[in-house]
Amino acid sequence: MAAIDRPVAKPRPVYLNLFAIRMPLPAVVSILHRASGALLFAIGIPLALCAVQNALVSQEAWAQMRVNLDAPFPKLVVIVLAWAFIHHLLAGIRHLLMDAHVGVELGGARRSAALTLVLSVVLTIAIAVRLW
Amino acid sequence: MTPHRIVVGAHYGWRDWLAQRVTAVVMAVYTVLLLGLLLWFGGLDYAAWKSVFGNDAFRIATFVFMVALLWHAWVGVRNILMDYVKPAYVRLTLQVLVIGVLVGYAGWTIQVLWGGK
Repeated sequence: MAAIDRPVAKPRPVYLNLFAIRMPLPAVVSILHRASGALLFAIGIPLALCAVQNALVSQEAWAQMRVNLDAPFPKLVVIVLAWAFIHHLLAGIRHLLMDAHVGVELGGARRSAALTLVLSVVLTIAIAVRLW
Repeated sequence: MTPHRIVVGAHYGWRDWLAQRVTAVVMAVYTVLLLGLLLWFGGLDYAAWKSVFGNDAFRIATFVFMVALLWHAWVGVRNILMDYVKPAYVRLTLQVLVIGVLVGYAGWTIQVLWGGK
């Protein structure tokens, strides 16, 4: 009996070069959802607890916190966390809509991904402008 | 007759999937509530802040929010660790650390909400 012809194995990439891959917009939203979630867990929660704690102690503690926040680096941290929160919230709402079969087709998914990215940046800029 | 037996899977994946969505909705509702109340009481000044958090019902709501947040964070961070940290002992160590941090956040929340009284 003749040996079965096996297809010659094609050369496969041995690693994935993230800089060579052009990610579609929904993938960008997805990885930023993950990154923003990690950021909120590691920095967002403790800073928010710190802020609420100060805010509830006394008027002086509140005033002191406002003075501490009135510098470029703390403002930058607040703005980055605001972006993380807004992006995570909007991407989450997009997720829930897709669970309900809204916008699951390719065109809709791309449009909602673009909307999520743009809206989160626009809202973050609005907060940054008010803060600065 | 075929017995009604589930042959594969531990099924905690589906439970986590649902928990992630229910906690997300709880947090979204709380966020709208907090922003609405702060606007109602006149923005981000000390008086508004104090009136919002001075209310006992709102403190309970905040606690519910935090429980949802910590649960949500556990599902999310655990997924990240399962995806990127391959050696089992490193992953287990990190997971235990994350649980410790989350329990710590919960204790801190109770202290912030009711410690001053």
